[in-house]
Amino acid sequence: MTSPGHLDTTFSALADPTRRAILARLAMGEASVNELAEPFDMSQPAISKHLRVLERAGLISRSRDAQRRPCRIEAGPLAEANKWLERYRQIWEANFQRLDALLEEMKAERKTPYKNNVRTTKQRNTRRHDR
Amino acid sequence: MKNVGKMILDAPGDREIVMTRVFDAPRQLVFDAYTKPELLQRWLTGRPDHTMPICEVDLRVGGAYRYVWRGPDGMEMTSRGVFREVVVPERVVVTERFEPTWYEGEAVNTTTFVEQGGKTTVTLTMQCASKEVRDGILKCGMERGVAFSFDQLEEMLASLPEFTASKVRA
Repeated sequence: MTSPGHLDTTFSALADPTRRAILARLAMGEASVNELAEPFDMSQPAISKHLRVLERAGLISRSRDAQRRPCRIEAGPLAEANKWLERYRQIWEANFQRLDALLEEMKAERKTPYKNNVRTTKQRNTRRHDR
Repeated sequence: MKNVGKMILDAPGDREIVMTRVFDAPRQLVFDAYTKPELLQRWLTGRPDHTMPICEVDLRVGGAYRYVWRGPDGMEMTSRGVFREVVVPERVVVTERFEPTWYEGEAVNTTTFVEQGGKTTVTLTMQCASKEVRDGILKCGMERGVAFSFDQLEEMLASLPEFTASKVRA
């Protein structure tokens, strides 16, 4: 179970477009710092800085062996972040689904507005007017 | 009809979070559902076990609104603010502040209602007023997972086999 603090670190790390692009690249397979620096038109130290943030967030790991030290993506924290996003999305989807149902009710009521209510002619006219 | 029911969430700039949703109903009805307390209480309740026992809306420029949600544990959360613009049934601009706060300062939320062919597109744009506020919202937005494009993240996640499986389940 990941602590909420860890989730903050994950989202902070994901908030940067370059870091997201790095992760997208690593999703296709491991790569060295040089290979990662190439498409981004960034210096190697700049890329290394991003990699350190990703590494601290546990989103990537770097193998210790050899000079190349390839980076690879770590799925765990992303799974946690994804779960969190799903929950957030579910809350809004649930709100909107309730609103969908409410609007259906409102539409039906509007078609038969006088069924359960006795209204004066004046009220009816006003109602028609503001449609 | 294609986009009815699909929520789109994005963060196109540094200061903005944008949420779009199409409803299969005329604009006046959607606007009412967004601005009348007795209607808001029926849908803007958030989690399934939460309710909105207090909902006050004074729909006019300078008028205030206040929403209070309550969870099963009795914990409450309040959102309140003031109407800056009211154009019935097209556009509403409000300030927003949460208690307990989850982002620094005040946000300005613009909600627009556009009707086409009997369907209404609602766009909520959340924007902060200053750098401090922006940073606060950005930080909190990240914690909440909204201050970056969901689509981008989902795209990335979809490229990982582990997540393709979980997406199918969802």
